[in-house]
Amino acid sequence: MSRAVSTRRKAVVTALAWGVGLVIFFPILWTVLTSFKTEGEAINAHPSFLFFDWTLENYHTVNERSDYLAHFWNSVVIALGSTLIGLLIAIPAAWSMAFVPGKRTKDLLMWMLSTKMMPAVGVLVPIYLLARDTGLLDSKTGLVIVLTLVNLPIIVWMLYTYFKEIPGEILEAARMDGASLGSEILYVLTPMAVPGIASTLLLNVILAWNESFWTLNLTAANSAPLTAFIASYSSPEGLFYAKLSAASTMAIAPILILGWFSQKQLVRGLTFGAVK
Amino acid sequence: MGEIVLSEVKKSFGGVSIIQGIDLTIDDGEFAVFVGPSGCGKSTLLRLIAGLEDTSSGTISIDGHDATHLPPARRGLAMVFQSYALYPHMSVRKNIAFPLRMAGVPKDEQERKVEAAAKVLNLTPYLDRRPGQLSGGQRQRVAIGRAIVREPSAFLFDEPLSNLDAALRVSMRQEISELHRSLKTTMIYVTHDQVEAMTMANKIVVLNAGRIEQVGSPLELYKSPANLFVAGFIGSPKMNFIAGAEAAKHGVHTIGVRPEHIAIAADGPWKGVVGLAEHLGSDTFLKVQVDGIGPLTVRAGGEVGLNYGDTVGLAPQAGKLHRFDEGGRAVAG
Repeated sequence: MSRAVSTRRKAVVTALAWGVGLVIFFPILWTVLTSFKTEGEAINAHPSFLFFDWTLENYHTVNERSDYLAHFWNSVVIALGSTLIGLLIAIPAAWSMAFVPGKRTKDLLMWMLSTKMMPAVGVLVPIYLLARDTGLLDSKTGLVIVLTLVNLPIIVWMLYTYFKEIPGEILEAARMDGASLGSEILYVLTPMAVPGIASTLLLNVILAWNESFWTLNLTAANSAPLTAFIASYSSPEGLFYAKLSAASTMAIAPILILGWFSQKQLVRGLTFGAVK
Repeated sequence: MGEIVLSEVKKSFGGVSIIQGIDLTIDDGEFAVFVGPSGCGKSTLLRLIAGLEDTSSGTISIDGHDATHLPPARRGLAMVFQSYALYPHMSVRKNIAFPLRMAGVPKDEQERKVEAAAKVLNLTPYLDRRPGQLSGGQRQRVAIGRAIVREPSAFLFDEPLSNLDAALRVSMRQEISELHRSLKTTMIYVTHDQVEAMTMANKIVVLNAGRIEQVGSPLELYKSPANLFVAGFIGSPKMNFIAGAEAAKHGVHTIGVRPEHIAIAADGPWKGVVGLAEHLGSDTFLKVQVDGIGPLTVRAGGEVGLNYGDTVGLAPQAGKLHRFDEGGRAVAG
């Protein structure tokens, strides 16, 4: 069923898509623009869009006042660490759910997903106490553990849907060919699922990078990632919009660039299995 | 080397009994074909032999050793799947070498065996391609190559030709038969296509609803089917079954006569009207509505000029009638 689409219709749809895209992107754009304004300009009741005195002053101040690189490094360790450990746990888990499902597999998957429906603040106190008692408060290890657990349901679900797409006969062929369980997963399943694993990895790095509830509540100074870096410019100095914007821009830039370059992977990952 | 013995093998899935007690011996070097309608359990039986499914009860022995609880890789069997099940991320060379790599065979020996298998299967020019760049027939040959290099004690084929077009199916059928002749290795082949069964097998195992209906050579099954099911399943077009008064004349509940065993004769005992005439050139298949008996399929020569509405006389060949009792079992004599 194909339908001829008129040029005019195409133009309208394209314009609409751009419009929606701009609306979604606008807050980020505004943040970036504000970061180049003076504090006075930033709170001006009649803000100008592009025609203001561009300045890098906010970036200088932010860099003088806090250690961007240290926060950046903490974010990298926490986001990558929690994602990689999550993948190591999730690949075998998703394998078993996709290829040797038991009676309760569906329930298990739903239960895992249901943990994501609970507000995180509901377990703040127990997790905080556990972290305190195990000496993991304000440590990267603690955050890696918590974020691994927080994102594990999503990683398992995503991998499960990818693995479901892989014909079981190929894994059976590997078994007939003498592959052990480990070799089957390592040499056959994983290479075939690389696109799925890659987009799972990307999405989870982004989720972990942007995660702010646990990173703000469980860190103070030593292991604070970029979310804490932004936060340090918000509450006590709430009126300094320009500096806050500069900090935000610096915090989101790396993940924005990563997302830009991997958007094809991400879109494919998110729509995988929708159309065969 | 490749004798496979099943005794009292049963398999049920969640209370549903799929295989209901199979006793079967497949001799070394035999080409055995499991044939039957969809859902008869033929693929399940093959998977039980392969070790991809566990038996619910009974034993499977391969080469005289009990293999009932061995994992697939340790049974010394190789399997070719319906979907080919090639590894899409590996070249043809790596696909064929995979079982050798898993077995820890040295690199140069792997290479030698892959080259040899590729030569036999005419795959040498394609060794560095990916499965996605091959045609269906070539993919099937890669799957066979992957099976050959293991030098298994038996090959298992699970409907390997059903994804190919008709012409390719005929030529692959011959290739597999030739392969069997040259390797002399036991082969078990599952199909729902009785033509494949008749043309390839030394031994046909007809399965229905999880039971063996009959085991025998193709011609044995054709000439003396043990029951109505086998009689109806083997042979194309299907055998005609006649019950009632006509069967009573022969002292049984049902008689069967194959379309090719009915001659057109003006003075024949059965008179009827042609309902449908299919002229294939080499043969003509006639659907004849016979008075007092019902519709019969008749296979006549290609030059027969009969058409819709013509009146014909039919004569069943003497000695080619099959007789069945009330339970559908063949009656001797």
